[in-house]
Amino acid sequence: MIHMEELYKSFGDKKVLRGLNLDVDKGETMAVIGQSGSGKSVLIKHMIGLVKPDSGKIIIDGVDICCLTLKEFYDIRRKFGLLFQAAALFDSLTVAENVSFGVERYRDHTPQEIRKIVTESLDLVGLRGIEDLMPHELSGGMKKRVGLARAIAYRPEIILYDEPSTGIDPIRADAINDLILRMQQELKVTSVVITHDMVSAYKVADRIAMLYNGEIIETGSPQNIQQSSNEIVQQFIHGHAEGPIKEW
Amino acid sequence: MSSSSSPPAILRFFEQAGELGILFIQTLKNLLRKPREKRIFIQQMDEIGVRSLPVVAITAAFGGLVFGFQTYTGFYEFIGSGSEAYSGAIITLGLTKELIPILVGLMISGRVGSAMAAEIGTMKITEQVDALFSLGADPIRYLVVPRTLAALVMLPALILFGDIIGIICAFAFNLLMGVNAYIYMKNTLLYVEVWDVVTGMIKGGVYGVVIAQIGCWQGLKTQGGAEGVGRATTRTMVIAAILVLILNFFISKALPGDLNI
Ligand SMILES: Nc1ncnc2c1ncn2[C@@H]1O[C@H](COP(=O)(O)OP(=O)(O)OP(=O)(O)O)[C@@H](O)[C@H]1O
Ligand SMILES: [Mg+2]
Repeated sequence: MIHMEELYKSFGDKKVLRGLNLDVDKGETMAVIGQSGSGKSVLIKHMIGLVKPDSGKIIIDGVDICCLTLKEFYDIRRKFGLLFQAAALFDSLTVAENVSFGVERYRDHTPQEIRKIVTESLDLVGLRGIEDLMPHELSGGMKKRVGLARAIAYRPEIILYDEPSTGIDPIRADAINDLILRMQQELKVTSVVITHDMVSAYKVADRIAMLYNGEIIETGSPQNIQQSSNEIVQQFIHGHAEGPIKEW
Repeated sequence: MSSSSSPPAILRFFEQAGELGILFIQTLKNLLRKPREKRIFIQQMDEIGVRSLPVVAITAAFGGLVFGFQTYTGFYEFIGSGSEAYSGAIITLGLTKELIPILVGLMISGRVGSAMAAEIGTMKITEQVDALFSLGADPIRYLVVPRTLAALVMLPALILFGDIIGIICAFAFNLLMGVNAYIYMKNTLLYVEVWDVVTGMIKGGVYGVVIAQIGCWQGLKTQGGAEGVGRATTRTMVIAAILVLILNFFISKALPGDLNI
């Protein structure tokens, strides 16, 4: 479904991706873990063309996205739903307008149907009766959940979650884990979940990939990752300050 | 970015002119593509046009007053008592062709151009522009096209509005000074043509496009937090104001003085 090959990306002098390879299969949930600043957000932005690699190949559903026209790219983008790390709600639009934004553009629905989809999507993330509020009236965690509702409202085939549970209380966070699982089981979506929360990664992921130094250094099932012989992986998943990872 | 590694000023100038040119071409390409963002277009017409009326009214009123005053004084002192009734045509021509377009252009650079840069710049640094893209809205079509079109339509209207206020204020000042109203009016109508007013409005259309494009360009390239937004805002104001002044001269030179060919 998503194939990334030998990706290189620098910002100025800073080399963020250095020959990264990653495959996400159709219908699976892949968790990506890695230190803060290691390039996880940059990685998923490559998948939908928000960031262009300096070199390397990205193939989505059999289509190489390097050289598409805008029109062709539009059809790729509608496959994706992206939850931004900081929600990125449109602050001049109401919650309902935010959630319906993609639905209006990617799908053909009557205004009544759209209203229903908005209510349902907000319901899925545990929010009710806030359709007419503005983003600045929401708490941080509510913003994140509205961002999630916006990303899933038009039923994308692939959902990219950038730290879905950061900034959300533990109970809600686990509800979001359940939501991720449900999206996979009921709607057969392919997911990439960026997370620092290992409990959540073990719960939702079919496979976990660790990003370190601009490369994916290990990929495997939660069990494999837990039993990994790689010391870097071990240090990260157990959160030890001492170990081979020195820079922060 | 260290200053030692930045390219020489002349290269930077061409680079920036190139960026602006590319944005302009993309705007033209997206002009007729669907979906059209009618709602934003109407919002922007309100923001650029209706909400600028008070500022334009004050600017034009005092522009008209001071221009009326100086022209009156000039005629009265240097040509002689009574001649000031002939100043009507000069005042009106000066206002409609030059003074009002410049003043309105400068005020709108400050009020509208920098607001566009601040709004789009904030959207850029909070990833709202990326979100637009991921939700199937092209940022050029969604943000830049409606703003540019709204400015293209509203600036000529604002200038016409400013002309009316300016002309009335200049006339009122002359009346108060005891100028012969009949000769003043007769002279004005004799020498001022519709084309003179249209010249000013054409300038307005050009300024509108330039101000909106600069505001959007600076907004979309904003980087690095609140400070970046501040920089984009100030830059828009300065670049747009300078371009208004430069373009004003060249459009004045380029447009014919009248339409009797
Ligand atoms: N647009 C950009 N311009 C310049 N540098 C950038 C840009 N985007 C990301 N970076 C840099 O790339 C690196 C990786 O950033 P990224 O946001 O992907 O980290 P992350 O792994 O998501 O971290 P976190 O867990 O804290 O969210 C950082 O050093 C960041 O400074
Ligand atoms: Mg991140």
